[in-house]
Amino acid sequence: MNWLFSNFDMVVELTLNHVRLSIIPIIAGFVIAVPLGRLAATGRAARGVIITSTSLLYTIPSLPLFVILPAIIGTKVLSDTNLIVALSIYAVAIMVRAAADAFSSVSVDVKQASLAMGYSKWQQFWRVEFPLAGPVLLAGMRVVSVSTIALVSVGVLIGSENLGYLFFNGKQRGLLEEVVTGIVASLLIALVFDLVLVLLGRILLPWSRKDRTRRSADSETVSLTVTTGGAA
Amino acid sequence: MNLFVNAFLWIFDPANWTPGSQSPLPIQDRLGEHLLYTFIAVLIAAAIALPLGFYIGHTGKGRQFVISFTGAMRALPTIGVLVFLTMVLGYSLVGTTANFLGTMIALVLLAIPSILAGAYSGLESVDRQTIDASRASGMTEMQILTRVEIPLSLPLIIGGLRAGVLQVIATVTIASYVGLGGLGRIISSGIGLNDYDEILGGAILVTILALLVDGVFALIQRLTATPGVGGAVETGRTRLRRRASGPLATVGTPIHEGNGP
Repeated sequence: MNWLFSNFDMVVELTLNHVRLSIIPIIAGFVIAVPLGRLAATGRAARGVIITSTSLLYTIPSLPLFVILPAIIGTKVLSDTNLIVALSIYAVAIMVRAAADAFSSVSVDVKQASLAMGYSKWQQFWRVEFPLAGPVLLAGMRVVSVSTIALVSVGVLIGSENLGYLFFNGKQRGLLEEVVTGIVASLLIALVFDLVLVLLGRILLPWSRKDRTRRSADSETVSLTVTTGGAA
Repeated sequence: MNLFVNAFLWIFDPANWTPGSQSPLPIQDRLGEHLLYTFIAVLIAAAIALPLGFYIGHTGKGRQFVISFTGAMRALPTIGVLVFLTMVLGYSLVGTTANFLGTMIALVLLAIPSILAGAYSGLESVDRQTIDASRASGMTEMQILTRVEIPLSLPLIIGGLRAGVLQVIATVTIASYVGLGGLGRIISSGIGLNDYDEILGGAILVTILALLVDGVFALIQRLTATPGVGGAVETGRTRLRRRASGPLATVGTPIHEGNGP
């Protein structure tokens, strides 16, 4: 533990930077993917176009995407913006599929009932569909959060300062402890983010607790369908 | 767009394909390495994950373990695992062997969860009534597995392999940084030389490779779908229908009780 104690400040700084680099793509992923996912749930054609195009984006490996993006959007390869945009693309790609599943899982009867009660389309979305899609959306967000945090460390190859730095520095200096510190810190961030998401789910979706069996079935479906792709 | 033109000019420059050129070249050698590493890693991963996935999918045992295992694997930073394994092996092995073995183990570990999930969720997607019918008509458990469950769930099983292969292709790119070959070498050498044509050229090559392999798997998935079953490649709509019809199916599920649709 000697290495960790003498380099604690650096580890904290890298961890905070890692958190900062992950939060933006996770939130951007949600904000962009929910409307797209709702659109994809409207019909087979919409779903085909949206899901196919986003999963094609997810097929692009991360390191190539990090260096191709600057040629398209004009960012600097070494800038954090570049990394954040790339990670947001992956987050959207994962989340769109989950969101499409989430909105498709809302029962047609319930939607029709809300229309019959005089809800406008807008009200129907916010008061009926969005809350009912909540548990599956949450499951999708958990996958997004975990994979984004893991992917951030690839950014170190294009000069971003995050926990990935510890892997290469540790390798160069032959310090296994440094590498392990990086892995553990990264896992800890993922764990904390996951707990926060679960907690948010408990607060925002209090009804889903009563219906535990169904919720767990939904989240499994998401975690399984989402595995198709390979950003790494 | 000029950048892309230059990158493609770099890719199609015959000088970059001349056999015996210096380090990250010729391109075909790196491409060959990339495919070879991917093939070996996925082969080993499949040899471990497919039987395990079939067992879990057929018996319904241990699915909770798989779900948490898959989640935990996803949280591991790929490069961290790669560097960790090569360093640990480096204590007892020569540098290059340690690098190769460490990378291979990391790649196998990464590919396992997707393949496992594809296999077991594929088997689970098979209609319970079909399985009960096969059992009732006298098939042994092994026959049910090989003649009913696996053929019916082939598209999902291949979907798992597809995800695993893509993950490995992406990770081999990163593995070039610990001294292994592969297309990532071209990118890292380009970064070292500050030659953006080479960086972008390498990145485009990896992307095209990933998209092509993905396309081939998509095609195989389509071809292996059993005609008339249509369920295995699920769309949101079929899944919805299946969920809606769930409770009816519980009538005949003596073994997989409570597994749900």
